[in-house]
Amino acid sequence: MTAVQQQPSLPPLGAVYRTRAGVELKEFFRQRESVVFSLALPVILLVVFGAVLDYDIGLGIPFTQYFLPGILAAGILGVSLQNMAISIATERSDGTLKHLAGTPMPRSAYFVGKVVQVLATTVAILVILLLVGRVFYGVGLPSGTDWLTFAWVALLGAAACTLLGIAVSSLARTGRSASAMITPIALVLQFISGVFFQFSQIPTWMQTVASVFPLKWMAQGFRSVYLPDALAADEPAGSWELGRVAIVLGLWCVAGLVLCVLTFRWQDRGTD
Amino acid sequence: MSSPTAVPTASAAPRPDLPLDPEAAISVRGLVRRYGSSTAVDGLDLDIHRGEIFALLGPNGAGKTTTVEICEGFRRRDAGEVRVLGQDPATGGRRWKAQLGIVLQSGAGDSQLTCRELVRSQASYYSDPRDPDEVLELVGLTEKAGVRGRALSGGQRRRLDVALGIVGRPTLLFLDEPTTGFDPEARRQFWSLIRSLRDLGTTMLLTTHYLDEAEALADRVGVIARGRLVEVAVPSALGGRGSAPAVVSWTEDGVRRTHDTHAPTALVAELAARFGGEVPDLAVARPTLEDVYLRMIGQPTPEERTA
Ligand SMILES: Nc1ncnc2c1ncn2[C@@H]1O[C@H](COP(=O)(O)OP(=O)(O)OP(=O)(O)O)[C@@H](O)[C@H]1O
Ligand SMILES: [Mg+2]
Repeated sequence: MTAVQQQPSLPPLGAVYRTRAGVELKEFFRQRESVVFSLALPVILLVVFGAVLDYDIGLGIPFTQYFLPGILAAGILGVSLQNMAISIATERSDGTLKHLAGTPMPRSAYFVGKVVQVLATTVAILVILLLVGRVFYGVGLPSGTDWLTFAWVALLGAAACTLLGIAVSSLARTGRSASAMITPIALVLQFISGVFFQFSQIPTWMQTVASVFPLKWMAQGFRSVYLPDALAADEPAGSWELGRVAIVLGLWCVAGLVLCVLTFRWQDRGTD
Repeated sequence: MSSPTAVPTASAAPRPDLPLDPEAAISVRGLVRRYGSSTAVDGLDLDIHRGEIFALLGPNGAGKTTTVEICEGFRRRDAGEVRVLGQDPATGGRRWKAQLGIVLQSGAGDSQLTCRELVRSQASYYSDPRDPDEVLELVGLTEKAGVRGRALSGGQRRRLDVALGIVGRPTLLFLDEPTTGFDPEARRQFWSLIRSLRDLGTTMLLTTHYLDEAEALADRVGVIARGRLVEVAVPSALGGRGSAPAVVSWTEDGVRRTHDTHAPTALVAELAARFGGEVPDLAVARPTLEDVYLRMIGQPTPEERTA
């Protein structure tokens, strides 16, 4: 005879999602390192590099107007890919993830919380950078349909980089090693993807390398918003290639999602 | 009760011959777990009855955490059968987990959230949680409710782990070395918390290195050594402790005398008559839990070591 099992009910999904969203926002904004690293650093870079590299890139357009779209893309990379890779690796190595896996929390709730965190920080970094660009360097806000382009590049880019960041987190043993691995990669990508330098001045083979990764395409998409169409001639294809931007970022979303599903672990390797 | 193993007995030795006990909170047969070439759990059999507190004792590396984490669904097994609340932990879903409370040996991780926020968020994963503030009170963290998780001391963190483990109102609570780092007062408070949970019908599987803790709390104790359960008994009967001869000692003519006997009362009466009243330095001792435990796991007892 088997005892009658009273299966307990479970709380509604929406309530748990709200809890996780709150938890993730508090975890991010209360940690000085993550706020400085993800939110303050791009602003400092924009102010410093904008002041130093204030030359004319043609048609009387200052470099800052080229730099702002690049730093917007780099800012998104920071709050999504770098932030996810480091925070999830940390939570995996300190046992937070294992603890959660031992509760009835729906596993989707963990990712919903992370997505809310990335969305909130993406909006924060974009607003801050737009304001700083406007106040310090007089770079105008996008107008009309440019907002639409701005929005989908930001969203698709953040989605691709978030998924990639979650996948990459599994490669590192600790948050520290994730940071040591991902920070130099992000820095190199920023140099070769048209953030700190004009993409047309980067050696062709480096352009080719950069074209594999999402950052180059995000920066290019944002440039289409900020620069006159005449300057599209400086792009490798001679145009903004917005269709291609969407395809590459979309493909990274798919690849990132597949990698997440295949590699995500709730506890350290070798402890199961 | 349909199964003979469901009746707690003074010395219920492991019963590998019996099938899984469907009535038990935890039933384990022939459990084996290897890490590479070393075998951490080597054919372990165990039944934990509903409503009891079961303490698992054993030296470092004996296989306690491996066994417990297999029951919690965190680790794979290489062989054997396991049922936890009627479910194979390897395939347990959310409704199954909703009945468990888990305090891991390695803790619940770091956080920027305060104790109260952490216990509240944990409570939100369950449909009928305990009141978070009451839980903080129960583990003695009321004063630290507004302090962030990572700013707690070691023992306070451990109390927070316990709070997170019980807030979901578990039917079955796993406690892997829950009192590590507790000060003596916190440990007493924890003991009374565990007793009140038992009174509410909670089943508990506890691992500990504190023999007094096992003796104070456990209905039954299992001793595990090198991945095998070497004995299961009520604490007072462990290792034949209940039937072992008592040691009566006293001082006579300035010399310490000791005598092993199964009838200590008679000997003491005889001594009292001989001395016509108080017997100098009289002591009657049974082997302590520590004595029988150390013998069981193959270590010399303190007396044997000095002898
Ligand atoms: N993830 C792992 N990989 C390899 N070996 C492991 C792993 N976990 C445990 N072991 C080994 O298995 C054996 C049992 O370990 P376990 O953690 O179960 O012991 P324990 O009884 O909980 O010890 P303690 O009292 O120190 O907590 C040990 O020899 C340990 O080295
Ligand atoms: Mg252990």
